[in-house]
Formats: sequence, structure tokens, C-alpha cells
Amino acid sequence: MWQLFQIEVYKIFRRPRTYIAFAVIAFIILLIQIGLKFGGKEYVGIVMSGLNETFEAPTDQVLNGYFVCYLTLNLLLIHIPILVALIAGDMISGEASMGTLRLIVAKPVSRSRLLLIKFTASCFYTLILLIWVAIFALLLSVLLFGTNDLLVAKVSGSNIISSADVLWRYFAAFVFAGIGLITVAALSFMFSVFADNSIGPIVATVCVIIVFTILTQMQIPFYDETVKPYLFTTHMLGWKGFFYVKGVEGVTVDGSIENFPAIVKSGLILLVYAALFVFVAIWYFRKKNILS
Amino acid sequence: MYRYSTYILVLLLLTAYSGSSQTAEEVIHQIRTKLEKVNDYEAKGKMKTNVTFIKIPIANVTVYFKRPDKLRIKNDKGLSFVPKGTVNLNLGSLFTTGSNFDIIDVGKESGSNLRIIKMLPREENADVVLSTLYIDEQKMVIKKAKTTTRENGTYELDLTYGKYAEYGLADKVIFSFNTKDYKLPKGVTFDYDDGSDEKIPDKMKNRKGKVEITYSSYSINKGVPDAVFNSP
Repeated sequence: MWQLFQIEVYKIFRRPRTYIAFAVIAFIILLIQIGLKFGGKEYVGIVMSGLNETFEAPTDQVLNGYFVCYLTLNLLLIHIPILVALIAGDMISGEASMGTLRLIVAKPVSRSRLLLIKFTASCFYTLILLIWVAIFALLLSVLLFGTNDLLVAKVSGSNIISSADVLWRYFAAFVFAGIGLITVAALSFMFSVFADNSIGPIVATVCVIIVFTILTQMQIPFYDETVKPYLFTTHMLGWKGFFYVKGVEGVTVDGSIENFPAIVKSGLILLVYAALFVFVAIWYFRKKNILS
Repeated sequence: MYRYSTYILVLLLLTAYSGSSQTAEEVIHQIRTKLEKVNDYEAKGKMKTNVTFIKIPIANVTVYFKRPDKLRIKNDKGLSFVPKGTVNLNLGSLFTTGSNFDIIDVGKESGSNLRIIKMLPREENADVVLSTLYIDEQKMVIKKAKTTTRENGTYELDLTYGKYAEYGLADKVIFSFNTKDYKLPKGVTFDYDDGSDEKIPDKMKNRKGKVEITYSSYSINKGVPDAVFNSP
């Protein structure tokens, strides 16, 4: 089993397309960082537009490594799923298109186990990608912009989190983002089982993410009340919950989370979705007539 | 004869009584004199901000002041979110228009026995429209001040005095102010809906903010460089 997993991981990292995702992420993050380094004050001004009339707020201090990382994740975690789909969507359909799928299922390993191994390899790739994001978005931002308290702007009100209280939140947020991306990997993996070429599952995953993200962000009451609570893209934003803190008489409570049960609920919903997608994939694959 | 002597006695008693109570102008003069003993100070303290639409950690701050009206609050560490109008923490700013205001003696507040004096600037275009001072006549310090401005609403100061009372400097100041609307366009922040946003309308109704500074020490008249007030 371990050997099969190693083989699957080797296959993923042998393909040049795998490294496209790493290169794209590094490039986007660098672009964001360069942009903020030279024109970040204007952007911070927009984020602080709700506060500027009441407070004299120091733009220079707000624009620190933690803020840049938060902003980067805000922008990236909508797009990383597309990069995850590039690999997860290729796991089965890629084998089918190359004509190696029949060869693989001929091995003395059950189809269910084979799928689980392939899915675990996809998850491994997803987590490595996330660590790559963390290195670039957090470490490089901290090196370039330094550290200070973190300003988190929300429509309902902002939080300022002490610099000493930030790092564990990023760690928790990355773990949560990992769950969200694994859900996307599972979706893409499921589509991969149904197709005989890689393009279909990748495009299907991207389409689902785009449509769901639009529905999540449109803020139309009809969708907010009916569809939005059930979309996995809604719950993928749960990583931000670690940056929403409790307050007592306006004072930030260090180490607190405003609504931890909501984050746990979102995490569980994502895991249920991931399990459902993998289950559907296994159910279909077990009875699939493999001709390629 | 007896009747006349009674009148004279009553008159003398009234004169003696009025001599012991100071006029509002005299009280203001004494307060100003006390405040003017301070040319500058550097004070250490803790600042707690209470505004409905933002949560801010308690900050260790240094407050710099230089006459007549320079005041700067700096966080020793972390983001420094200082409410606008905190220059009014300096009581001396109430008198920056010199003697160019009318003084109205309102009398004493029932219960606290504080002397209430209103000051109306004579200048038509002055930002301050009215200042109401609640004065402890025994210690000759301002315990409470309400300042109504043309542009920025009403500020209130509640002051508690300790060992620096002789300079008219408070150990604890609660500064209340009107907050502006907090508006952030939806879609800019991609908020995670954790169910807490249902409380938004209630949060936005309260338009008063508070800053509470508890001073631990003052360094008075030791000189404060001008650069402190200009640096970012």
C-alpha cells in the first residue's frame, strides 16, 4: 500500500504540469507583494475606509507581513482550487487517456483501495501546494514587510489582533484551508472517475467552483437563504473565522475566536462533502467497465 | 434703632458670605493658572478603546504634550489606532482662544456639588460652540468637561485625579466621542459568514465611542522635542 502511494506521488511529481501550480503561486504572490510594497498604502486606504473617519490610523503600520499574508490568502484561496483540480482531475482520467488504467486495475489491489491510494496522493500534492503557499505568503511577506498587529476588516466591523496572537491563527487557518482544498481535490477526483480524458474533470471542477463562488459572494438574499448555506465554497471561507476575535467592551480578547462552533461546523461540512465525493467515485469506479 | 442694627448685621453677613464664594471668572482663572504650570509632559499609561465597530487590544501608550495645544498619543508597541479629536484630552485646549469667551455660571450640580460653568466662544467661526465644565472647587480641578463642536459632534471628558492633581493632570481620563458611520463595501473583504453578522444593526445604532487612558506616571516640564509631534 505504502509502495503504491509512493508510486502515485512519484507519478504526480514527475509530470512537468505539477510544477506549473507551484510556479504560478510563487509568481502571483510575488506580484501581490511587489504591488503592495510600492502601492500598498492606497489599497490599505480602501480597506480602512470605514475607520479613517473615526481614527487616525497608521497606514504604514497596518501594511505589515501578517496583513499582506491575510490579503494574499484572501485572493489566492479562491484560485488555488483550480490548481488543485489540475492534478486531482487527472488522477483517473489521465490514466484512462494514456491507456494505463486497465493495467493498473489488473494489479492485485482492490479498486476501492486503488482509488483511496490515488486520492491520498492527490491530498498529499494539495498539502504540499498549501505549504508552498504558506512559505511564500507568510514567510516571505514577514521578511519583506516585517510584523505588527494584524488588522482584519469585515463588513460588520474590524478586528485588530496583537502580533503575538497571530501566528497560531495562521497555522489553524492553513489546516482549515487544507480541508477545503481536499474537498476540491475530492470533487475533481470524482469527476475524474467519470471521464476518459483530463480536460473534462478539470474544466468541470473549475466551473463548479466559479458558479458556487459567485453564488457565495453575490449577497443576493434569495440565494443567501436557500443555496448558500449548502455550498462547500461558503464553508471554504471558514479559515477566516480564526481571525474573527471576541471582544469585551471593544477590547480584543487574546486567543479567542468569535464563533468557533461555526468553524467546526464548516470543517465538518467540508469533510462530509469530501467523503461523499470519494464515496461516489469509489461506488462508480467499482462497477465501471474499464475499456481503456 | 434695633431694627436698623439687624439690617446692618444681615448685610454684613451677606457681604462676608459672598466674599468666600468665588465668581465663575475667578474659578476659571485659577484653573487656567494651574494648567499653565505645565509646559510639557510625557506620560505613560494604558489605553482602552471602546468603539462598537472595531475590537482593539489594550495598548501601552506614551502621551506627549506641549503647550499650547500639541498632543500626541503613541503606542509603545503595535498598531496605533487613536480616535480623532483626542487633542481635546488636553484640558488646556479649552482655553486656547485666550479670554475670548463668555462665561456663564450655572451653579452647583445637585448630588456631586460640582460647580458648573459654561464657556461660549465669542468668535463666530470657532469650531467649539460650547464647553461645559464641572469643577471641584476644593481641589480646583475640572472633573468633567463637555465640548460641543461645529464639525465633530460632542466630546466628553471624565477625569479622576491622584498625585498629579496639583498640576491639574488626571490619573485617569475617559474620553467619549461621536463615531462616524462604519461602511465597508460588500465584496471587498469576502467575509466568512459565521452567523455573527445578525447583530450588525444593533452594533451600528450606538454611535458613541470611548477611550480610557489610565496613566501610571508623568514626567512634567522636562522638555519634549517637537519632532515627537511630527513623526509618523
